[in-house]
Amino acid sequence: MSMTATGPGTGRGRTKPPAGRGAPHQPGLWGTRPKNALRLLIALALALLSLGPLMYMVSLSFQDNGYILGNTSLIPTHPTTSNYEQAWTENSFGHYFFNSIYVSLVTVAIVVVLASMAAFAFARYKFPMREAIFYFFLASLAIPNLLLLIPQYLLMDRLHLLDSLEGLICLYVSSNLPFMIFFLRGFFSSIPREYEEAFRLDGASTLKVLSRLIVPLSLPAIALVSMFTFSAAFDEFPIALTILNTPSNFTLPIGLADFIGEHTLAWGPFFAASVIATVPVVVVFLVTQRWARSGISLGGLR
Amino acid sequence: MIAPGTLREGRPASVTLGASPRRQTNRSGRARKAATPYLLLLPALLVYCVFTVYPVFKQFEISFFNWHIFPGASNPFVGWSNYTKAFHDPIVRTAVRNVLLYTAITVPAQMAIGLFAASVLTDRLPGSLFWRAAIYIPVVTSYVVVSWVFSYIFSSEGGIANAVAGFFSGHTEAINWTGQTWTAMAVIWILTVWKGIGWSFIIFLAALDGVPRDLLESARIDGASEPRVWRHVVIPSIRAAITFVLVLLVIGAMQAFTQFYEITRGLGGPYNSTQNFMMYMYQQAFSFFNFGYAAALASLLALVLFGFSWAEIRVLRQADL
Repeated sequence: MSMTATGPGTGRGRTKPPAGRGAPHQPGLWGTRPKNALRLLIALALALLSLGPLMYMVSLSFQDNGYILGNTSLIPTHPTTSNYEQAWTENSFGHYFFNSIYVSLVTVAIVVVLASMAAFAFARYKFPMREAIFYFFLASLAIPNLLLLIPQYLLMDRLHLLDSLEGLICLYVSSNLPFMIFFLRGFFSSIPREYEEAFRLDGASTLKVLSRLIVPLSLPAIALVSMFTFSAAFDEFPIALTILNTPSNFTLPIGLADFIGEHTLAWGPFFAASVIATVPVVVVFLVTQRWARSGISLGGLR
Repeated sequence: MIAPGTLREGRPASVTLGASPRRQTNRSGRARKAATPYLLLLPALLVYCVFTVYPVFKQFEISFFNWHIFPGASNPFVGWSNYTKAFHDPIVRTAVRNVLLYTAITVPAQMAIGLFAASVLTDRLPGSLFWRAAIYIPVVTSYVVVSWVFSYIFSSEGGIANAVAGFFSGHTEAINWTGQTWTAMAVIWILTVWKGIGWSFIIFLAALDGVPRDLLESARIDGASEPRVWRHVVIPSIRAAITFVLVLLVIGAMQAFTQFYEITRGLGGPYNSTQNFMMYMYQQAFSFFNFGYAAALASLLALVLFGFSWAEIRVLRQADL
């Protein structure tokens, strides 16, 4: 909790051994000697286990639909791109794709703004009921957001937000806020106060301190929680299934489920659609992952 | 990240806000300052209260009624009868059993494998960025997508799983994995563990950074065996992360829905035998329109989870002392 803020990428500087051959090894978790060969072998096995099913999915998406059942080869025996053409044009999958992008980007933007403001208040101000309000937010982490589906459905109905992407965004924002606030409060607290005081001397307002100083300094943590929020919203299934009704409003996961229902045996286009649905979250993850380590260790989880 | 010169780090740190020439001494200025944190909190609180807190109470209210959503329908007050009904519902019993079993199997498995993977990758290793990404990627994939990939792998019509099982057992008849209770559950467990490892892995990886390496070494020099090193050095310094992962994984396991829904095609398996709590609640509400009963089920689970999280945090805090 008491770690000081360092920039992205410096999170593991401490464990870096001195450069050059023959330098003494830093003692590690697997003993004083690094046992690189064994660890590499395990890492390879874990990576294959993790990526295997996904590589299989990619391979199947390029396999001719007529040859998909019973296919056990990792390389398509009858390669084709027709699955992608069919997936994108039929079932208005491209439309679902942009709905999902819209919902998750707007959710991330609102959550980042609201959570930064709240986390800043918790991290930098002393005020009556501070801890009480903080735990009031945290309490909802114990209650899965799915459990509120019924009253939320009725609420959406009353606010005329049923079957709308905006209604979905409201629910996603609310369910992602508490964790983001918790995480950013830890990060903001670790930023030395002197920076802020110097900034204030120049007459900066609170919002300016937040947007020009605290947020830029916290980009690793913000990137990380944004990634969590993005992938949560992009792939959320049960709430979207309940709230959305009209096919033109469907997000990707609903569109996918719909796919299987209508063409029961169209595995090829389904896997092509699955790949399309997976690529954005993987790209977002790969872009943000270099901050993952410093972000988590500075976010109050250490 | 900050343009040079924006921060006047050269100024003495002892210069405080109070010494500013623009300091606000008048009453309205002080009142405004006192209001600042509340103003900052206001938007988040507002959204949170409307879309999360209000539904909690609304749910509790609904659970005491025979609630219909159809316009013009009457919603008679039925007292605790939705709750007593839940305690006598055999499908609830099956659903609870399945959820507990699912939690007991998938949570420890995810934590153990995640921690093991983190211990392999915490110290310098060639290609560590790649290994890290590879292990984490299943986490960001969609449950709908991977449920169907696993359905396909375990398909009775020429799926890979049957080929492997046939190869090892010598049997030629295909196993209908997702069509039978226990094999369907096993597929769901395997899928969940596969998808969940990366999440605990990434948190443990960050936590293991904080394990004092010199302490590890001095423990080893003192002749401590590796299990003892883990028990007395590693585990104590990552306790906060263990609590966090455990609490969130259990909460996640209790609300498992999509993988059950997709693997059993939304039906809960033969005779509801793979039914799970969340799915049953969902069916009651949105297939049978028993909103009152479904709300009672949800309130019960919320209560259990709340008590559980609270107890778990307390127990682990005490163990820390």
